[in-house]
Amino acid sequence: MYLYNLTLQRASGITHAVHGNFSGTRTQELVVSRGRSLELLRPDPNTGKVHTILTTDIFGVIRSLMAFRLTGGNKDYVVVGSDSGRITILEYNQAKNQFERIHMETFGKSGCRRIVPGQYLAIDPKGRAVMIGAVEKQKLVYILNRDAAARLTISSPLEAHKSNTLVYHTVGVDVGFENPLFACLEIDYEEADTDPTGEAVHRTQQTLTFYELDLGLNHVVRKYHEPLEEHANFLISVPGGNDGPSGVLVCSENYITYKNLGDQPDIRCPIPRRRNDLDDPERGMIFICAATHKTRSMFFFLAQTEQGDIFKITLETDEDVVTEIKLKYFDTVPPATAMCVLKTGFLFVASEFGNHYLYQIAHLGDDDDEPEFSSAMPLEEGDTFFYAPRQLQNLVLVDELDSLSPIMACQIADLANEDTPQLYTVCGRGPRSSLRVLRHGLEVSEMAVSELPGNPTAVWTVRKRGEDQYDSYIIVSFVNATLVLSIGETVEEVTDSGFLGTTPTLACSQLGDDALVQVYPDGIRHIRADRRVNEWKAPGKKTIVRCALNQRQVVIALTGGEIVYFEMDPTGQLNEYTERKEMKSDVICMGVGRVPSGEQRSRFLAVGLSDNTVRIISLDPNDCLTVRGMQALPALPESLSVIEMGGQEGSENEPRTLGSLYLNIGLQNGVLLRTVLDSVTGDMSDTRTRYLGSRPVKLFRIIMQGNESVLAMSSRSWLSYYYQNRFHLTPLSYESLEYAAGFSSEQCPEGIVAISTNTLRILALEKLGAVFNQVSHPLEYTPRKFVIHPESGHLVVIETDHNAYTDDTKRQRKMQMAEELREAAGEEETEVADRMAEALLSEDLPDSVFGAPKAGPGMWASLVRIIEPIQGNTLHTIRLDQNEAAFSISLVKFANQTDMDQQHLLVGTVKDYQLSPRIVDCGYIYCYSLELVHRTEVEDIPTAICSYNGRVLIGHIPNLIVDIKARGQRVFVSDVQESLFVLRYKRQENQLIIFVDDTNQRWVTTSCLLDFDTAAVADKFGNIAVDPTGNKALWDRGLLNGASQKAEVIANFHVGETVNTLENLEMHMRSEHPPLCGRDHLSFRSYFFPVKNVIDGDICEQLNMVDQAKQRSISEDLDKTPNELSKRLEDIRTRYAF
Amino acid sequence: MGDRYNIHSQLEHLQSKYIGTGHADTAQFEWCVNQQRDTYASYMGHFDMLNMIAIGENETKARVRFNMMEKMVQPCGPPPEKNED
Repeated sequence: MYLYNLTLQRASGITHAVHGNFSGTRTQELVVSRGRSLELLRPDPNTGKVHTILTTDIFGVIRSLMAFRLTGGNKDYVVVGSDSGRITILEYNQAKNQFERIHMETFGKSGCRRIVPGQYLAIDPKGRAVMIGAVEKQKLVYILNRDAAARLTISSPLEAHKSNTLVYHTVGVDVGFENPLFACLEIDYEEADTDPTGEAVHRTQQTLTFYELDLGLNHVVRKYHEPLEEHANFLISVPGGNDGPSGVLVCSENYITYKNLGDQPDIRCPIPRRRNDLDDPERGMIFICAATHKTRSMFFFLAQTEQGDIFKITLETDEDVVTEIKLKYFDTVPPATAMCVLKTGFLFVASEFGNHYLYQIAHLGDDDDEPEFSSAMPLEEGDTFFYAPRQLQNLVLVDELDSLSPIMACQIADLANEDTPQLYTVCGRGPRSSLRVLRHGLEVSEMAVSELPGNPTAVWTVRKRGEDQYDSYIIVSFVNATLVLSIGETVEEVTDSGFLGTTPTLACSQLGDDALVQVYPDGIRHIRADRRVNEWKAPGKKTIVRCALNQRQVVIALTGGEIVYFEMDPTGQLNEYTERKEMKSDVICMGVGRVPSGEQRSRFLAVGLSDNTVRIISLDPNDCLTVRGMQALPALPESLSVIEMGGQEGSENEPRTLGSLYLNIGLQNGVLLRTVLDSVTGDMSDTRTRYLGSRPVKLFRIIMQGNESVLAMSSRSWLSYYYQNRFHLTPLSYESLEYAAGFSSEQCPEGIVAISTNTLRILALEKLGAVFNQVSHPLEYTPRKFVIHPESGHLVVIETDHNAYTDDTKRQRKMQMAEELREAAGEEETEVADRMAEALLSEDLPDSVFGAPKAGPGMWASLVRIIEPIQGNTLHTIRLDQNEAAFSISLVKFANQTDMDQQHLLVGTVKDYQLSPRIVDCGYIYCYSLELVHRTEVEDIPTAICSYNGRVLIGHIPNLIVDIKARGQRVFVSDVQESLFVLRYKRQENQLIIFVDDTNQRWVTTSCLLDFDTAAVADKFGNIAVDPTGNKALWDRGLLNGASQKAEVIANFHVGETVNTLENLEMHMRSEHPPLCGRDHLSFRSYFFPVKNVIDGDICEQLNMVDQAKQRSISEDLDKTPNELSKRLEDIRTRYAF
Repeated sequence: MGDRYNIHSQLEHLQSKYIGTGHADTAQFEWCVNQQRDTYASYMGHFDMLNMIAIGENETKARVRFNMMEKMVQPCGPPPEKNED
């Protein structure tokens, strides 16, 4: 038995972000690391939307990421420091839409180890060298250069090791074209390690050390070091050479200091603090991330504090000697792991937790009344400046990227009564946390809905001229009339379009350069640009029943199965082909592809007949109207669509690569078939099947991100598209539609116009590639767990935050501070103090924007919330007292109650809990039915509660029980460090007996019962294991997505598929297509325990990304064709997941 | 005898190259210090562990990382007095 692993939702948190021109064009792009995958994002400077261009799984942990550019180059490269013990340099290849590995140099062991470099990366700003460093001791410098063919070269490593030294941060110093220089924050622990009195550790000072790479001598020297007054956490490199004074800004607790190799006096400025802050007064303040913006004439830095406040930092210089640091409060955004200022005037903020944002920088904060703080202002030692945070003033939010990270808990249920269940996840941290309802499907944004007179049957859009960018008319057909709407600022009816309004329409299209064509049951109407109309009338008593058309060709089927073919000649005249084709049975549907660019016609016509076949008919003049191919169908066809998919968008210097032709067949039984159509012979091969819904499938060709895709409509609407080297068939999260067409206007360049009963809707799909669409409802504190009340479908969530105040305490603290203000004021100042106190009390900054105040360790805020998940209404909240924290929740039916079916809600809380070392005052278990019934006091933390045969199990024994699940008489208990136990209750002895334990001691975070004998557990190192109740682990796999992704993973695995082919495929993929950053795939999956009986679908699915020749050689080794393999992969995916 | 000598020098090489490699006289303190430093380094390298701790403590990731670096200097307090005999 094997298990097959598929990632449904990729990690959405961002750990690193860098910006540059990676595709070599002048577009500003971002490369972000999502932990174990790399993503290329392209913010559109016009719309401000961020588009994901490429996502690559690297099967390794990305620890650091940097972008660099060789001197005089126009393209940025990416350097990745990962856990592979190798340094990797990647280049983005736009034609293939792939990252290509240019260099990979091995320097050490794999894994995230203390002395193996990879944790820190620093780049010489001129792109001449890169330093890769470990947390301790090791630092390596590689020289980057070009060879004669202008290819990037990398030298052998130069060592800059220093033992017994810890490194906090490294950065490349901008020294212009002098020898490359790197600055490191270091601390030497040797003395502290050997001094038993413990005094040495206080004497030990952090040092700022500069390493110089001597390009002439080809070695690295420790050039200069100086001790720092307080411990710093990171460095910002200051532009040098011709652009600025060079040197570094040292960001330490409460201070920011400018230093430059000791040549210049230090300039030091305290980090300003919020006025009247409720934070623990003992806390210091540090900068957590920074971004630099540099133009030819100026530069500035944006640095963010822990509270999320951004400061704009500028340096005053006097002939390249820095004289002053100036700080100015800029704006407040969520605390970030990385910020990037783009040259196009955007600020990208990769939030630590929760959604990421793209802001437009509207003002630089130069001429507002915000006070500017300067290092030159006199201040007493230990004193600082104060400012008041406010709403955004300089930044304008333009786009938001959804991030589920961290998922604290997840359950699957159908509470909304849609036939497919939804995923209920509680995500986020503190005041930015949320309950998100995920549904499989593409998010649809509704741009407009308008009512029509009567129920239309079909809709199309046409342009007036072939080269028009946007559509001109929307044509709506009714049973006995046709309505023409023109698209402009508004959409309104027109009568002078030339279309015949008194008849239903079968199809219409733009024809040639500037003509239009309308096909209606009695004929074809060809409308020339000068309003001349040519009509072709259907002969005798026959009418046109079906038609297919594109920009140059019109094919119609008359009653009785006769097919007539028209083609446009160079003068713009529609000419009928001399012969007609008689089909043996009725024509049900027809389809013809778009005219390929540079050609006269589309070569093939696909015809669906009532004898359950599809025939391919040639339209080539040599053998016009002869049948080229035939495919039998399992049911009657309903609709056909021939489209080209899989091509790559062209760029300036690279032409568009052609995709292949696909024939999509919608059947009347709700099945969609997709067949490859050979563009020369017309042969059909490699059919993929998918059931879409209960109604006949209608197909519409639309344009999505510049490529053709198919909108398939059954009882649900689906979009079949090619995105990032993979076919996607995703349902739209929208009510069912009847007919649709592509739509393009200035406001909505790529939309859909659709009809549903008597309304006309304009829709847009923006988040292509997203598997789930989400609805988000805000919560107050970090959600911990939740239960679903099955009768009402409501959720009960417990939210708990460490280091936080409850609302009550916050109010009290404010009152207290106002009181202190008044008392501190002298006689004359009472009025001022009163006003300030008043202002303090009335001030109301939402925590979700400005962050909750940090109360200090051991302070807890917690609440229990009942929420209706569909609308997101909170029905009831129970706020716990300060320092009482809820940790477990369960719904229980007690056997000894008179009403056996009465549900009781049990909440386990703890009072005065200290995290490290763990000290607990006492715990409580609250029991609610309609009101609080009972409060039980217990000694320790009740960390898990579970209903068990009319009784309740409470876990509060050491080490720490994290989860209890019960089924029948069995109890599955997960311990925080001793893995899983299976217990049974003996009624006679009133005892719980452990009858199964695990040989591997796992640090379990969550568990899930698969059946009576099997449980899946996830541990905090990111392993998933399935334990049958023998005492050995059946299978295991290393480092999945880490703790933040565990809930998803459980939903991900499907037991019991024997897949031998894939096992071999996985082996081949490992050897033929090793992960990008050089981590060995097998050892990555076996990070902590050897992987066993699991096939990694994620690597298998990369088959489609491998080039054709390799695909062929892999598949030959497996005695299969590449198509068979990829079909197999797709089948597995669609059968069990989506 | 050459073999044994060789193994000895190999061990010494390992000990100098990889900090924390044990030897016959490794004391509890030294072992603990190395273990703690290794652990902190691993936490900082694995973004998911850092996330988890940051959520638990409700601090920013940069602060958690900074705290860990600070703790790495002397994770187990001062070393015990050395017995001279």
